[in-house]
Amino acid sequence: MGALASNQLSWDVLQFAAFLVVLLAATPILGGYMARVFSGHKTLLDPVLRPVERLLYRLAGVDEKEDMDWKRYAAALLVFNGLGMLAVYLLQRVQGVLPLNPQGFGAVPRSLAFNTAASFVTNTNWQAYSGETTMSYLTQMMGLAVQNFLSAATGIAVALALIRGLVRRSARGIGNFWVDLTRSVLWVLLPLSLVLALVLVSQGVVQTLSPYRTVQTLEGGSQTLALGPVASQEAIKELGTNGGGFFNANSAHPFENPTPLTNFLEMLAIFLIPAALTYTFGNMVGDTRQGWTLLFAMLLLFGVTLAVAYTSERAGTPQLAALGVAAPTAMEGKEVRFGIGNSILFADVTTSASCGAVNAMHDSLTPLAGLVTLLNMMLGEVVFGGVGAGLYGILLFALLTVFIVGLMVGRTPEYLGKKIEPYEMKMATVGVLLPAVLILLGSAIAAVSKAGVSSLLNPGPHGLTEILYAFSSGSGNNGSAFAGLNANTLFYNLGIGLAMLGGRFGVILPVLAIAGSLAGKKAAPAGPGTFPTTGWLFTTVLAGVIVVLGALTFFPALSLGPIVEHLTMWAGR
Amino acid sequence: MTDESLDQRKQNGLPEEPGNPYASHEPHPKVRSKTPRAHRFTPAMIKQACKDSFKKLDPRYLLHNPVMFVVEVGAILTTALLLRDLWVALAGGVAPSLGAGAWRTSLLFDAQITVWLWFTVLFANFAESVAEGRGKAQAEALRRTRTETVAKKIVGQNPDGSPRIERVAASSLRAGDLVWVETGDIIPSDGEIVEGIASVDESAITGESAPVIREAGGDRSAVTGGTRVLSDQIKVRIASNPGDTFLDRMIALVEGARRQKTPNEIALTVLLIGLTFVFLLAVATLEPFALYSGTVASLPVLVSLLVCLIPTTIGGLLSAIGIAGMDRLVRRNILAMSGRAVEAAGDVDVLLLDKTGTITLGNRMATRFIPAPGTTPEQLADAAQLASLADETPEGRSIVVLAKTEFGLRGRDLKQMGATFIPFSAQTRMSGVNLVQSGQGSTVREIRKGAAEAIEEYVRSKGGDFPPEVRATVDEVARGGGTPLVVAEGARVLGVIHLKDVVKGGIKERFAQLRRMGIKTVMVTGDNPLTAAAIAAEAGVDDFLAEARPETKLKLIRQYQAEGRLVAMTGDGTNDAPALAQADVGVAMNSGTQAAKEAGNMVDLDSNPTKLIEVVEIGKQLLMTRGSLTTFSIANDVAKYFAIIPALFSTTFPALGRLNVMALSSPQSAILSAVIFNALIIIALIPLALRGVGYRAVGAAALLRRNLLVYGVGGVIAPFIGIKLIDMLLSVLHLA
Repeated sequence: MGALASNQLSWDVLQFAAFLVVLLAATPILGGYMARVFSGHKTLLDPVLRPVERLLYRLAGVDEKEDMDWKRYAAALLVFNGLGMLAVYLLQRVQGVLPLNPQGFGAVPRSLAFNTAASFVTNTNWQAYSGETTMSYLTQMMGLAVQNFLSAATGIAVALALIRGLVRRSARGIGNFWVDLTRSVLWVLLPLSLVLALVLVSQGVVQTLSPYRTVQTLEGGSQTLALGPVASQEAIKELGTNGGGFFNANSAHPFENPTPLTNFLEMLAIFLIPAALTYTFGNMVGDTRQGWTLLFAMLLLFGVTLAVAYTSERAGTPQLAALGVAAPTAMEGKEVRFGIGNSILFADVTTSASCGAVNAMHDSLTPLAGLVTLLNMMLGEVVFGGVGAGLYGILLFALLTVFIVGLMVGRTPEYLGKKIEPYEMKMATVGVLLPAVLILLGSAIAAVSKAGVSSLLNPGPHGLTEILYAFSSGSGNNGSAFAGLNANTLFYNLGIGLAMLGGRFGVILPVLAIAGSLAGKKAAPAGPGTFPTTGWLFTTVLAGVIVVLGALTFFPALSLGPIVEHLTMWAGR
Repeated sequence: MTDESLDQRKQNGLPEEPGNPYASHEPHPKVRSKTPRAHRFTPAMIKQACKDSFKKLDPRYLLHNPVMFVVEVGAILTTALLLRDLWVALAGGVAPSLGAGAWRTSLLFDAQITVWLWFTVLFANFAESVAEGRGKAQAEALRRTRTETVAKKIVGQNPDGSPRIERVAASSLRAGDLVWVETGDIIPSDGEIVEGIASVDESAITGESAPVIREAGGDRSAVTGGTRVLSDQIKVRIASNPGDTFLDRMIALVEGARRQKTPNEIALTVLLIGLTFVFLLAVATLEPFALYSGTVASLPVLVSLLVCLIPTTIGGLLSAIGIAGMDRLVRRNILAMSGRAVEAAGDVDVLLLDKTGTITLGNRMATRFIPAPGTTPEQLADAAQLASLADETPEGRSIVVLAKTEFGLRGRDLKQMGATFIPFSAQTRMSGVNLVQSGQGSTVREIRKGAAEAIEEYVRSKGGDFPPEVRATVDEVARGGGTPLVVAEGARVLGVIHLKDVVKGGIKERFAQLRRMGIKTVMVTGDNPLTAAAIAAEAGVDDFLAEARPETKLKLIRQYQAEGRLVAMTGDGTNDAPALAQADVGVAMNSGTQAAKEAGNMVDLDSNPTKLIEVVEIGKQLLMTRGSLTTFSIANDVAKYFAIIPALFSTTFPALGRLNVMALSSPQSAILSAVIFNALIIIALIPLALRGVGYRAVGAAALLRRNLLVYGVGGVIAPFIGIKLIDMLLSVLHLA
């Protein structure tokens, strides 16, 4: 048994390593490609896509040469996302009378429809519903899948705007939202999704518009198999760090995630674009080391959380071990197909990257591993983070770090030559702290209100963790659920819906404001007196600031949730 | 005075005026302690600071410091609760739920918490008051010099052409009035001399007791109210209205009366407010979470947690750091017109430095005698020495010294030789000596020295010729960066004295240090490019601007600024004013014109251009101190959590006791220790805040590593030790 266990350990570690190696290898390739795409250079796909792009602009009446200032950029973004949210809401409300509804699902209730619309527009993909019993194929494809693309593209656009703010000098404009959006979808998200969907189909992920099928089981009973256009939605679910599963079981479902290869690819797909965007950033600011520094800060945090979670999961539950259950003892809530290693890697990846797809139930993780998934979201979804959102999120932290620590070299703090002054500090502080405010406020209200507590399936510290998780998932635009909490109530649908909107646009607006302000500044050339924002020192300090700010904010709440759970579990051994 | 005009004077052999700012500087201008500046902390100042700490408890005042305001609100809350509990105790005896002993313990605990919360606010106020103390004492000293003086206002002209004078109070003078100031008078207000020359004692402003010359026209025409004329008389046009004089501004500045938050301070305050808000929320939401968990946290404990978490250390010391930074400048005799300028000084990446006085000694030294054809070097040296013996200018002295060292020529008694010294005059642009043979009465030898053109004119007037070989020598010397001084006797040109700029000792190292700080040095000079290049190479500056005129200087500054660089410069002349105004940091010399002083954002009372380097260091120190204490403050929070969280909930969740890594003796003692540490650390760091974190020119990366280790890592570790020690002390004293 011991030999088997240590064998398992080396296999797991090997797989973690393989995952990171492939990720790091893909980063400069995709990152470099995206830099070309968004700097307007020629790419291989241009002959096919340029006509499409031009046609779209003509149809929409967009002038692709227009350079928008930040307010105009923000207005375009808000209007576009507002309309998108309205569309998803209406689609759910009227899906009963629309085609492609083989199961004949009726209108989605108002509060749930609001929650779902907010959820998919904000790239959260929190699901207070079960897909296979609520949403028609049309809603899934025309509403949810479309938003999967658009919300991811919105994230990329905001990140691009911020990059331009850092690069441009004494300029007013920060780019064109429509162009950024369109090019993100056409050049990046669609081609990647297409390739991934095909691979997934080859591995057995279903892709059909036929109704659910009832089959005879081996025991002679009958079972209804939910089907649908899964593969096409699965690919963008991961690539766009969306996370909304076609089925309720998400990536634990064999039709979404059938083989070890699909599992590996799905995890990779989650980190792919967020990681590559750091390279794109470095490339566009003219110093790829700047990008690698951000990536290594993310990797550092990811490595630590993975180690903690994996160790805790392997240690398992002492009470079960005492009953004579053979190791591993922490298998409840996990797919046997994936085991501890792949479940923990997936859990850490999905919560770090604000994806929210799951292949194991986070509710059943050991308290410490649960704490890790929770903290990943509380840190602001900046460890890789959502597509685009992770980059602009960690850039906000970089600004804060440069400000706090940069003063220590005796200069007004500057990032990439841009001075950080009261206006940027105001916006960065709002952007970094607002999600934390939403989490704390929402959870506190839930913890003492009848509406909040009555949804809980578990009392005590675990119940508090469930509440914290729900609001962290919403505010951080992650969307994964801890389970154990009945989220489809008026209170949670509204509360988490608002948290999602606040956590998304309450960060995007300050980021765009910073982009606008930075673009208007001159850049001071770097010299020996300037604070170096590359290298191991800054990597460590940046990671440190992210952890310290996050930990300081949430330590009291966490101490009453997972921390006390963990300590109690091991004290009661 | 621009470098150019100064050079011109030198070339013409113009003597140095006593008031020349460049004349008397040591190569390494160490800050000399001057009588009114060197204020140490006196017991009286500490006493005043203590008093002020209480005055500053006024919430309306504290509102400018949001972090401490929150602490005060917390202190008021706990005080109110404490009073209520005491009232209940006096009125109705013991609270029903608790036994008498437990109740007394809880009251003692709450009382101690309350006291320490108040101390936290007081300590922060004290830090600010102490920082202000020095400035206040100084302002007091300045005020004493501003005695009510009587001004002699010129109201018209007497028939004999002398000014008609009316005696009025100095405070009634307006800008534009003309006043008459004579020996012994105090100059009634700031102004510009329109007529006359006088020596002035400016010690009231600068602390420097040696008198300076002020004269009409040129770059040393400004006089400052409150200074005293020692000799001669001048007519002054008043330049400022009452209440707006230099002395008034100086008093306001050192007193900190008009202190506004600088941009960096505002940005930092924004961050601190943000953190305070989030911690406020983290603590406020703890109560619902505690309620959910079936327990409750008492208000004093929650307030304690809040006060420990919010950045009180930096919040309490922030304004003290800013005031102390200004104070450090004032002690070096520099008046910064705004804190913004001091901050900008830390960011400067280009220093424009005038060659003369900053890079080179103000005066040129004779280094070589180059005789004309048919003259021996000894003859030239002999004549040059004779012509210079009575010449007290540094150049003149250096000629005498050179003649002695090269040819062993000793000083001679000029009187015995019947010599008359011909001083330099603007008409002849020469100086020299006439030697009279004893008994004869008519001049036999006329020796002159001066610029080539002047001597040429002189010898031609005597019927002589200016030999082409000498002309060639003159050009060669000029090309090599030197100044040629031609010597003639009668109609005969004897040769050339090579005067050379002498680069100040140690300045090269200073520039190397600046380079390591990431600051580029640019030498500005009126010299031709060849000369400038030679001196620039010798001094080790990064770049130079030759044949500089005020316009080219301004253009250069704009060019650097367009590249995103911050530029600092010094200047004193009226034609420097546009450049001073354009530069991000413009340090005007106090000896300079009124226009220059108004254009710059700092005034150096010592008129020492090298001090710009120190200004930069002070600016950097100011920012570093803020950053270091902010980092320290935030890093501190880690330990406080480990003290307070287990203490808060270990009765409900005994397992949380494992987080009590410091093994603090009891929940009460843990919380109290954290609060006490939090208050004491403010006091402990006051000296650092006033002194500033030491700056070393080692480059940003190395500086960052060092400071991160000290204030970041140190900030995490220090409170663990401090809180444990306080806890042990509390246990020993049975206070908790």
